[in-house]
Amino acid sequence: MAQNALLEIKDLMTHFHLQEGIVRAVDGVSFEIRRGRTLGIIGESGCGKSVTAHSILRLVPSPPGNIVNGQILLRRGDNASDQKPVDLARLDPRGGEIRSIRGAEISMVFQEPMTSFGPMHTIGNQIMESILLHQSHVAASDARELAIENLRRVGIPRAEQIVDAYPHQLSGGMRQRAMIAMALSCSPRLLIADEPTTALDVTIQAQILELLTALQEEFGMAVMFITHNLGVIAEVADEVAVMYLGRIVEQSDVNELFDNPQHPYTQGLLNSIPHIDEEKLPRLRAIEGVVPDPYEIPGGCAFSDRCPSFMPGTCDRAMPGLAETSPGHRVRCYLHSDVEDELTEVTDGR
Amino acid sequence: MAVENNLLLEVNDLKMYFPIQKGLMKRTTGYVKAVDGVSLSIKKGETLGLVGESGCGKTTTGRCIVRVYRPTDGEIIFHIDGEEVHLNRLERQELKAFRRNMQMIFQDPFSSLNPRMTVLELVGEPLLAHGIARGQELEDRVAEMVNAVGLRVEHLPRYPHSFSGGQRQRIGIARALVQRPKLVVCDEPVSALDVSVQSQVVNLLQDLQSELDLTYLFVAHDMSVVRQVSNRIAVMYVGKLVEVAESEELLRNPRHPYSETLLSAVPRPNPHHAMQRLSLEGEPADPANAPPGCVFHPRCRYMEDICQTEVPALNELSPGHHVACHFADQLQLQGIDSASPSGS
Ligand SMILES: Nc1ncnc2c1ncn2[C@@H]1O[C@H](COP(=O)(O)OP(=O)(O)OP(=O)(O)O)[C@@H](O)[C@H]1O
Ligand SMILES: Nc1ncnc2c1ncn2[C@@H]1O[C@H](COP(=O)(O)OP(=O)(O)OP(=O)(O)O)[C@@H](O)[C@H]1O
Ligand code: SF4
Ligand code: SF4
Ligand SMILES: [Mg+2]
Ligand SMILES: [Mg+2]
Repeated sequence: MAQNALLEIKDLMTHFHLQEGIVRAVDGVSFEIRRGRTLGIIGESGCGKSVTAHSILRLVPSPPGNIVNGQILLRRGDNASDQKPVDLARLDPRGGEIRSIRGAEISMVFQEPMTSFGPMHTIGNQIMESILLHQSHVAASDARELAIENLRRVGIPRAEQIVDAYPHQLSGGMRQRAMIAMALSCSPRLLIADEPTTALDVTIQAQILELLTALQEEFGMAVMFITHNLGVIAEVADEVAVMYLGRIVEQSDVNELFDNPQHPYTQGLLNSIPHIDEEKLPRLRAIEGVVPDPYEIPGGCAFSDRCPSFMPGTCDRAMPGLAETSPGHRVRCYLHSDVEDELTEVTDGR
Repeated sequence: MAVENNLLLEVNDLKMYFPIQKGLMKRTTGYVKAVDGVSLSIKKGETLGLVGESGCGKTTTGRCIVRVYRPTDGEIIFHIDGEEVHLNRLERQELKAFRRNMQMIFQDPFSSLNPRMTVLELVGEPLLAHGIARGQELEDRVAEMVNAVGLRVEHLPRYPHSFSGGQRQRIGIARALVQRPKLVVCDEPVSALDVSVQSQVVNLLQDLQSELDLTYLFVAHDMSVVRQVSNRIAVMYVGKLVEVAESEELLRNPRHPYSETLLSAVPRPNPHHAMQRLSLEGEPADPANAPPGCVFHPRCRYMEDICQTEVPALNELSPGHHVACHFADQLQLQGIDSASPSGS
């Protein structure tokens, strides 16, 4: 594990064992997240972004889900770079250790706002509960003030009243901000934000992104930022991982990814977004087709049935490995690697 | 005026106030003025984009128009077959019969579909419920609609959980459109979808619009998507419209200070783009306690004395360009600059 790495994931596989078959939601994902840095994760719906995030916090429902392989190494405590990291993948998902990490060292903004707030309690009570649970030094009498302060920080108007509101009384964007307030209330060292700004207008979105940057600069908070919005990725991410069907297909620093995308899927994504400062197109350029059914993933490269550069006799023979095309830039595609290498490795019995 | 005949929807001075209730006795101590005097019109076949700060009342406006809510005040006039239907005056029975003309597509393709119904049942239900079709005719119409949104007939017996987010949104669209509505309120229909599916669904909505002669009110936060689909864009701030103009005009040449701020914050898919973001100082305004005068004045960089007391009216500054600002004709505001694309 590198000196400044806070979290390192190695060859993570999280599968769901269903009646219809096995869904390999996450199938060999590796990355690291460093202190004060942001890793952006993008990719087609259903490619395993949320399952990766839930795996880190050990929130994958089991059954049917299981981490079947890999390590999730977290360095705990402050300034303890020499301390041995814990492997979250080996913890009891209901045990004390992971619970002391969840919501405190690592907190998460969930994709579905309604699932993180129960409907029966005011949002203030829920934020206070989280504060009191994880911050033993906070007196119960101060928790309310802190909750209000946190709501104000994410741009909620009349926070001292909204603190007593029930989730259904808030607009979609206010609910999402309340959730961010809750996640930040315990000053986590790693924030996992799963589509945190989908319901926000651009000014408030910008305000939230600035807040995250400030927290990163001040406290060295690391962020794993999952989003569909490439504009947001361009702004917040230091590094980006592009996922497709449970695997990372391209990974590099953010400038390189936008300047020199190499995987046909990444290229398709960048091509399909409308650009506000260019001429309006009559129609958007969409990637053809849909993600294959998880039980009918094509043999060879998983993107082969939609890929405009598909090479018969190559792409359908084996899954391409992640090849480094320039320092720090890795791509899983035979336009950038040799299929024979994969085949040899397979026969080598890997 | 000739254009008037082309109108599908007219909304005049629409208001929706939610009571704020306190204590066990549920005493009303005030009102959240979620929509406070909105007037707009949409032509047949047109798309009006609606953007604005989170919590400013966009969803509430949409829900009033399709009469999910009974508005506190104001007129909603639907022009149909040469007649004017005053939606705000309709009572339950009449409203029920009229509902098929207006539908809503929601942001969340996950929670808006009943998980225990098959695609056939989901898409067919509105036809059954309104007694429009049954039996074979129903199946035929459902099949036709399902094809139109890019799903297949084999999908009909399946349940929502076996579809991806984009496919579920297609089911939601089929369900909304199967009754052949005239007006569709799209409330962030693509926000929850990933980029490539988003562009497919945007293209689909545009194709269906011309095929089925639909009129859209399109609520979204992503300005580049709103611009892609909208003929005109309306900008809302705390319950009121502050600017309405043709899309390109609004983007290039905004005349309201809030629109300027909003446009300055649009993120670009380009890490080299240096944002010249105008920050919004102060607290977002509170619809339960809106500031006097211009609602935007506590956060406006161009505020003068008059703004604190006089409410600016939504005036037509140039043909088709309406602005609610005392200084709209004097300010030099920055829009999206098309001359220097974010690339190079
Ligand atoms: N509880 C579960 N049971 C069975 N399968 C599941 C479960 N949760 C997720 N999956 C499957 O795992 C795969 C990955 O899902 P995941 O939610 O991680 O996608 P995602 O990348 O977050 O997509 P989106 O962008 O739509 O949020 C999908 O095929 C999904 O159907
Ligand atoms: N049922 C309700 N009871 C009380 N207040 C409500 C209700 N529904 C909405 N509001 C309030 O009305 C205001 C407008 O909400 P609305 O949902 O219309 O906003 P919006 O513009 O759609 O926001 P977003 O972009 O976040 O979806 C908000 O202040 C909200 O808290
Ligand atoms: S390996 Fe082949 S099919 Fe896969 S992305 Fe590359 S070119 Fe396309
Ligand atoms: S009326 Fe005054 S406060 Fe309101 S937007 Fe115009 S200049 Fe700003
Ligand atoms: Mg997800
Ligand atoms: Mg809304």
